Amino acid sequence: MSELIRKNASELLDLMARGEVSSVEVTKAHLDQIAKVGDAVHSFLHISAESALATAQEVDRRRSTGEILPALAGLPIAVKDNLTTTDAPTTAGSKILEGWIAPYDATVVTKLRNELMPILGKTNLDEFAMGSSTEFSAYGPSKNPWDLSRIPGGSGGGSSSVVSSFQAPMAIGSDTGGSIRFPGAVTGTVGIKPTYGAVSRYGLIALASSLDQIGPVARNVLDAAYLQDAIAGHDPHDSTSLTSSLGSMVEAAKNGSLKGKKVGLIKQLSGAGFQQGVRNRFAEALKLLTDAGAEIVEVDCPSFEYAIDAYYLILPAEASSNLAKFDSVRFGMRVTPEGNPTIERVMAATREAGFGPEVKRRIILGTYALSAGSFDKFYGAALKVRTLIQRDFDAAFAKADVLVSPTAPTTAFKFGEKVSDPLAMYLNDIATIPANLAGIPGISVPIGLADEDNLPVGIQFLAPAHKDAALYEVGAALEGILEGIWGKRMMDFAPELEVN
Amino acid sequence: MSEITSDLVRHLAGLARIDLNEDEVARFTEQLSLIVDSVAKISNAIDANTPVTSHPIPLANVFREDVVKPSLTQEQALSGAPDSGQGRFRVAAILDEE
Repeated sequence: MSELIRKNASELLDLMARGEVSSVEVTKAHLDQIAKVGDAVHSFLHISAESALATAQEVDRRRSTGEILPALAGLPIAVKDNLTTTDAPTTAGSKILEGWIAPYDATVVTKLRNELMPILGKTNLDEFAMGSSTEFSAYGPSKNPWDLSRIPGGSGGGSSSVVSSFQAPMAIGSDTGGSIRFPGAVTGTVGIKPTYGAVSRYGLIALASSLDQIGPVARNVLDAAYLQDAIAGHDPHDSTSLTSSLGSMVEAAKNGSLKGKKVGLIKQLSGAGFQQGVRNRFAEALKLLTDAGAEIVEVDCPSFEYAIDAYYLILPAEASSNLAKFDSVRFGMRVTPEGNPTIERVMAATREAGFGPEVKRRIILGTYALSAGSFDKFYGAALKVRTLIQRDFDAAFAKADVLVSPTAPTTAFKFGEKVSDPLAMYLNDIATIPANLAGIPGISVPIGLADEDNLPVGIQFLAPAHKDAALYEVGAALEGILEGIWGKRMMDFAPELEVN
Repeated sequence: MSEITSDLVRHLAGLARIDLNEDEVARFTEQLSLIVDSVAKISNAIDANTPVTSHPIPLANVFREDVVKPSLTQEQALSGAPDSGQGRFRVAAILDEE
């Protein structure tokens, strides 16, 4: 394995800035790793080797003239395939969009291009980001590099497996109920859901518009900070994007500290019912936080008991509306039944053939939640629970600077374990969903391996809206302490990938 | 017990324009019953006076200047369409012949 691909993004940026290594060398090293492990891990739905190398060449040429380049110039990156790109297909993991080339770039993609980052390709996801395992991708699941018989988390399992198998130093994800943080936890990587609106959603194929947020996927907190700083900011194309700056996350990560921080331990998510190995690592992490000068206070969030239920009404309701656009008229697949069908029958046949089981399930559930007679009882009630969850957070943040919980109740599970039991699958996101309902930021940071299966465990920190910097401060501080204890980085524990 | 019946699933699929087969109707009826029974407990958490929250971050109306800006060309807008002609999307008949 090339030494280059094991380096942190910030190290690669330093090496390139000093002229010790070129962007072409860095990009080629990652493309070599994709060629080597790509089939086994199945992270990418599309690989853009040529255009990535062309960008790298341009960076090297411009750097050689002494030009001042953007902060992340020359650093390769992978992009989740629910973000539109004009030079590569965008499928959102669905058959209904197979082969579709978008007529415009997502704002985040434009920002990556403006940073002169070589885009290596588009990463796998559960269809339209509905799932926790990538088993609902129409193009087959991605594998967890720690154990290829296990899920890499979802929906962003393509991005998490790319980064944890060194096919890219960082990647873009999207998080509607945990789709960045859960994959981060189960692959030993760092995932952040920024404050709602911190990153433009223009060009993100919408799942649930009031919950969706784009964010960074990386192997350490500082690298993620570089990426958030590059993609954040107001965008007139997204009227929900924040108009005020949240400050520098890189600055926050570099000044990581726990001293005097009040850390709220969420009573309802303190580990009861969670896997023992997850609870053990979490308890040790809490001890480390205290040792480093943080004060742990318990906070009570009684409405979190209803968060998953509210989420599985709000999300399907919004999704059933958002996915109405896949109607066989303007883009994507068209299936025409025999005879002389009306457009309505063409739509129904197309959506039957083009959507997978989880998407159909959620569209029908959402249609039910919004239908006359059920609206107040289900959708309306869920919106009220959302208020209660926000109030719980407000009360908790009156006592604490950040809140803490395990990111997920278990480590990575095996393929097939939960795929036919929707309710079991939905429980993976029990700790991550409340943040989306309240629009607040969250980070998952790896804290070691579970005793029973030697698989990664993540800790989640949550902060009030707009206080993303606090997550980078505490996340980087805890990561630094752990790396000091381990004498290496989290990903250095990962077994060598077995590839043919 | 939930009110999800196979007829209701067929009706909802019709509203959502998805031509489910009978296997799917049976499977979704069972799965959606379980899901709906589970999520229905949210009614225990709330009362008539609880305000609703539809959006996580308070937002007022967002306006822009009413000026023409560059946008997709007709060709770009039609580029992903399964069928088009004469600068338009081409679709099957809207109304039945009968």
